[in-house]
Amino acid sequence: MKWKKIEEQFFKALMILSTVVIVASFFLIVGTIVSKGLPSLSWEMLSEIPTGDFYMGGEGGILNSIVGSLYIAAGSSLLALLISLPIVIYINVYLKKSSWMGNLTRLGYDVLFGMPSIVYGAFGFTLMIYLGMKASLLGGIIAVTLLIIPIMVRTMDEVVRSVPKELFEASYSLGATRYETAFVLLKQVAPGIFTAILLAFGRGIGDVASVMFTAGFSNDLPQSLQDPASTLPLAVFNQLSSPVEEVQARAYGAALILTIVVLLISISARMMSKRLSKNKI
Amino acid sequence: MTIATPHISVQNLNLYYGDHHTLKNINIDIPDKKVTSFIGPSGCGKTTLLKTFNRLHDSSLEVRVEGKVLLDGENIYDKNAEVTSIRKKMGLLSQRPFPLPMSIYDNIAYGPRIHGEKDRHKLDEIVERYLKDVALWPEVKDRLKSPASRLSIGQQQRLCLARGLAVEPEIILGDEPTSALDPKSTQKIEELFLELKEKYTIVLVTHILRQARRVSDYVAFVYNGEIVEFGPTEELLLHPKEKLTQDYVKGFFS
Amino acid sequence: MKFRIVKDKIAGSTMLVLTILSVLLAVLVGWGLYYKSLPLLEKNTLWDLLSSSAWKPSKGQFGFFAFIMGTLWVTAIAVLLALPLCLLSSIFISEYAHPRLRKIIVPVVDLLSGIPPVVFGVWGVLMVVPFIENYVAPHFVAYPMGYSVLAGGIVLGVMIFPLIIALFLEVFSAVPREMRDASLSVGATKWQTVKFVLLKKSLPGLVASVVLAVSRAFGETIAVLMVCGSVAIVPQSVFDSGYPLPALIANNYGEMLSAPEYESALLFAAFLLFAIIFLFNAVSRIVLGRIKKRIE
Repeated sequence: MKWKKIEEQFFKALMILSTVVIVASFFLIVGTIVSKGLPSLSWEMLSEIPTGDFYMGGEGGILNSIVGSLYIAAGSSLLALLISLPIVIYINVYLKKSSWMGNLTRLGYDVLFGMPSIVYGAFGFTLMIYLGMKASLLGGIIAVTLLIIPIMVRTMDEVVRSVPKELFEASYSLGATRYETAFVLLKQVAPGIFTAILLAFGRGIGDVASVMFTAGFSNDLPQSLQDPASTLPLAVFNQLSSPVEEVQARAYGAALILTIVVLLISISARMMSKRLSKNKI
Repeated sequence: MTIATPHISVQNLNLYYGDHHTLKNINIDIPDKKVTSFIGPSGCGKTTLLKTFNRLHDSSLEVRVEGKVLLDGENIYDKNAEVTSIRKKMGLLSQRPFPLPMSIYDNIAYGPRIHGEKDRHKLDEIVERYLKDVALWPEVKDRLKSPASRLSIGQQQRLCLARGLAVEPEIILGDEPTSALDPKSTQKIEELFLELKEKYTIVLVTHILRQARRVSDYVAFVYNGEIVEFGPTEELLLHPKEKLTQDYVKGFFS
Repeated sequence: MKFRIVKDKIAGSTMLVLTILSVLLAVLVGWGLYYKSLPLLEKNTLWDLLSSSAWKPSKGQFGFFAFIMGTLWVTAIAVLLALPLCLLSSIFISEYAHPRLRKIIVPVVDLLSGIPPVVFGVWGVLMVVPFIENYVAPHFVAYPMGYSVLAGGIVLGVMIFPLIIALFLEVFSAVPREMRDASLSVGATKWQTVKFVLLKKSLPGLVASVVLAVSRAFGETIAVLMVCGSVAIVPQSVFDSGYPLPALIANNYGEMLSAPEYESALLFAAFLLFAIIFLFNAVSRIVLGRIKKRIE
């Protein structure tokens, strides 16, 4: 009888310990990045493009990477939304519930969702060579779009599936077509769609492996879609191991900004989906 | 029982839900401009039967329908039948109100708009008229632009009724439309049905026998996927012929 | 009037085409990578490629054994680290934690999943690598080095915490409340209920979740690349450097365009990743989907 209690207490303590370790790892990571990145953060860091190179070092900041990241993340989110939205509408409104095609599509996206970004990066680059494209902003946007379409489709599909079928019936019984009903549906799940965009944007802005071949790298601001571009994660990855302190500082600064941006996005996505559950009928 | 000029005529209707034979050889004529109620224990198939009238089962993969449902003599399950125009002829009230995610005004205007009404003034008129028809106008006339979800449940249900009426249907289908409402709102809806049957054919699913008696002209008793008995309200509820019906209504009216 | 119907139909067919094309993307990626690795496969047998550890691109020798072992070491360490921690923690979150506490823990775990790989990598370089080099490795080996498969495994383990916990919590929520109540009502303690009812009932789901997490770990590139040393040897201990497959691609792809055979070898590596992850993902998603359906 007593043994039972000891066992219970023992495992409960282990569980609490594990949870503490896991929660602490988050704060440890963020803390490390903040403590290293904060000293190197300055107005210059945010507003200037870098000068010099990996070994020589030089003045300047990471404006090129900030701008590049925004272009790539925004461009690919928009592109991915344009592709994902019709797919989600099709499998939820046009296809019958649990039809084989809907299920197959969902499974396909589950699998694509699990693909590592290096595969998208390698495939994207191969495709670009085949098409005669050079590493550029456009190349980066395409690779990241491939990466985030599955995120968008899955997130939006989940939201749309939670809509009660009576809402569809209400619209149908007024004589609306499926196409017209889709717009009612979109209105109903608008916050959920916004959440999906945020999540995809966050993933897109943070990924390296998909852009390291496709976007190229440049110290300058991209002027057109054909120009090579840097991104924040690339700035971290490429400059972290530099022997020059100023260059390293740029890596830490970029890591901090990236972390802040991504955390802000995650938090607002969370708040969005909370609002969604409040509006649920 | 035979009806001289049926509005809806169901002929040899069978419905399968997967392997389950949910509706078994249904034959019934729904009289024009009258209230007809389907009663029966829950799970007997009365809601399923109602939804066959505007083909709401179309979007379920598992459901298979055989037989005919004639609307003014035309089979709605015909291959060439246009489902949106069939549905336009029937307003649906579901168990819980489901306002569309838009303003009170737009909820009513939604139907007329998709069917081609663009004139702002006409839409204003339509909204006012049908909100008045369901006695909601005085309560909402100053906040037509606010989201429909802010209305009380009872108000929402009347809004949904008005939304259905605004596409000028001939038939109103009610699937236990008062089951989520308080007694006062229930009474309002019931009074509306009695007014509306002047102009519309009304088919109600209800499990409240007193409600069936209060509002309907005809009652059909559905049990285990079959129509056991169909007849005028008083006759069926007070002097049922079938043993099953007798057992079901016994205790409610003795 | 009819125009609406036509619009509905046109929109439908357009979306159908888009849906089919997008799903074909998965096939296209796989086929493209396979096609590109054909030159390598024609020259060498699959078995040679997988079992040889001679990696000399300049001499045309492409043996992937070291990279495969690197991947396996790192993944194994990550899963061995993450699995017990996440299992205990998700039992705590789902069965023991007060709802208010749960509302704090779950979002934090969620935030962890949003942190970009490169940031994990920076953390690994700044904290995990020096820690191993200065405090752990000196007790075991003569020439301690922080950049090791252990560092890669730890960073990767932390990275897959959120995924495993989210999957586990979902699996646990599929076990009906009544089943727990039944066990508690015959006098079992909470832990006994967890042990004999919850874990037993959710075993298939837990296994599928782990498979999914393993496949995620397989493909993780940047963070691991930054801390595991990238030396093409077969690791003999956790303190050795390693060179996982994704890191191989990331480090060399893009710079090898002049050597078609080299490119073919790297894309073969990508194809290997694709094939393994495709298989693992498909199987575990099907199992998890069945479990989810049961609750719905």
